[in-house]
Amino acid sequence: MERIRRTFEELERKGEKPLIVYATACDPNCEKSLDVFKLILEFADMVEVGMPFSDPLADGPTIQKAHERALSSGANTCRVLELVSKLRSFTEKPIVLMGYYNPIFVYGEERFIRDAKSAGADGFIVPDLPPEEGMDFSRKVKSLKLSPVFLAAPTSTDDRLELIGEATGEFIYYVSVTGITGEREELAYAEIERDIERVKKVTGKRTVVGFGISKPEHIKQMYNSPDGFVVGSAVVKRIESWNLPELKELLSSLKAATKS
Amino acid sequence: MYRYPDSRGKYGEFGGKYVPETLMAALSELEESYLKIKNDPEFREEFEELLKNYVGRPTPLQFAKGFSEYLGNGIKVYLKREDLNHTGAHKINNALGQALLAKRMGKKRIIAETGAGQHGVATATACAFLGLECVVYMGEEDVRRQALNVFRMELLGARVEVVKSGSRTLKDAVNEAIRDWVTNVRTTHYIIGSVVGPHPYPMIVRDFQSVIGEETKHQILEAEGRYPDMIVACVGGGSNAMGIFYPFVEDEDVELVGVEAGGYGLDTDKHAATLCKGRVGVFHGAKSYLLQNEDGQVTPTHSVSAGLDYPGVGPEHSLLKEIGRAKYDAVTDDEALEAFQILSRTEGIIPALESSHAVAWVIKNRENLKGKLIIVNLSGRGDKDVAQVKEILEEKKELRLW
Repeated sequence: MERIRRTFEELERKGEKPLIVYATACDPNCEKSLDVFKLILEFADMVEVGMPFSDPLADGPTIQKAHERALSSGANTCRVLELVSKLRSFTEKPIVLMGYYNPIFVYGEERFIRDAKSAGADGFIVPDLPPEEGMDFSRKVKSLKLSPVFLAAPTSTDDRLELIGEATGEFIYYVSVTGITGEREELAYAEIERDIERVKKVTGKRTVVGFGISKPEHIKQMYNSPDGFVVGSAVVKRIESWNLPELKELLSSLKAATKS
Repeated sequence: MYRYPDSRGKYGEFGGKYVPETLMAALSELEESYLKIKNDPEFREEFEELLKNYVGRPTPLQFAKGFSEYLGNGIKVYLKREDLNHTGAHKINNALGQALLAKRMGKKRIIAETGAGQHGVATATACAFLGLECVVYMGEEDVRRQALNVFRMELLGARVEVVKSGSRTLKDAVNEAIRDWVTNVRTTHYIIGSVVGPHPYPMIVRDFQSVIGEETKHQILEAEGRYPDMIVACVGGGSNAMGIFYPFVEDEDVELVGVEAGGYGLDTDKHAATLCKGRVGVFHGAKSYLLQNEDGQVTPTHSVSAGLDYPGVGPEHSLLKEIGRAKYDAVTDDEALEAFQILSRTEGIIPALESSHAVAWVIKNRENLKGKLIIVNLSGRGDKDVAQVKEILEEKKELRLW
């Protein structure tokens, strides 16, 4: 929680917004994944470490394939937590675990949150755990001074936003499109900005935007309202093709766009 | 008093709504619309008229004389002939009900998943009849196993999307349908084919399928003057079983038996017996039993019958298991294939491979069923399976009864 808040505040002072980068843990395997995250952390202000799952139903083809690669390389919850603790040994930037609920449920909510905290995680995004099912999880996470991150969507009514605001910790993750993860050519910038203002007004929480963001122009086009920008599939695609120089270039241009 | 689901969509600890936020508003809208039309006389009348004149209900409850004689031991079996429905299985009851509901909700685009193709065909049929656009997701492996059903759906004007992710079977078709729904939720209604998925789906599908059990109650009273000792139905996701079980849930003297797909056997990892061998998990929007590894990854399943080849199961079945109201068992591929042939020969009815599992359970357990009055839910007909069974029996001649 502390690391997340500090990151937002420090960047605000510098007139920047956080670049939040997602990659699937152990893609293509746990060893190489460590190098990928090291590279990502040179540019990103916060990372989302994706926990591989056999049925990632909120994800498009790019991230689905990353989950498959990770699982076939032998990834599991313990190895994901190991990766987090390796990352924590050289960075003070916030690390948020993003994973579907079943592996967490099977590991045991409390044990999972505790082990993730000792590994060095700061928060959790569970895309298939809406507030109705996630209030317990939210309380448990908050009681360990970590941050549950709940999602808001274009279809969320104000009533639902209140519930989401209550459940979430340091910030809300606004899903920019009705849809799954994946790169988009264009985004509905005006609508997204309007909606994010609505989310912030109803919840009083910081709100970052994700889904579909893949280039600096996307960030520049809707710079004002969001409190941060999440990039996932565009990064994962460069991991898939194992083009690290291109990944570096992309990250550097994305980070530059968050400094306008 | 058995009153499930509760206001949060739970069946005891099972069920619920474990879906991305984008779908939450749509689920509420669906629940609201459904509760509104559920007791609307106009809707009931329209639905019942269609069940009668379009689907062909009520379906017969037939005394299976030849099969009962084959079993011996004083066992008396009645078959609930869902195979005689339009499109050849119970799936049309739910597909038609939900398509009517979607129309009332102003949704013009319908999506569905299918395993064996029965639910896909039923949905494509309902959409053709009601003038709705229809897209059916089907795993590549199932498209291969059930090529004729793919053509049927196309003939009915539906688009079949071949799913090439994951294990390329029913579970991946559900994943892909959910992804479509997340994307097109404002214009689209997702007709789930079984009593699975997030609330309110397990309730809606159960309610639309309950016509099976309601009819059975009247029919068995008329034929025998009493309720049966036992009702046997196959369970994949569990919609035909839930449909026939539900009206009998409070009649505690009626034993309820769900038969899962034992594949190569429960001591192998090639089966789809979720309630027999799974552990509680969260999958496709609900908490229920699930076939998964120790790390919570969903494991591949196997069944000779595409319609049962699914690692999850409806949350209400998990509850019925937990409270001991129903019992769940499994039969193997080979036992189902034998039953497929036996019912064909003793009754002149070729059952679906799914339904053959229920038939097989009775055959297998006949020693312990002395003098019982048993109803088997014959959920579908086997025409779709004939080519596949031919292939298998040509290869494994020892399974042939001739």
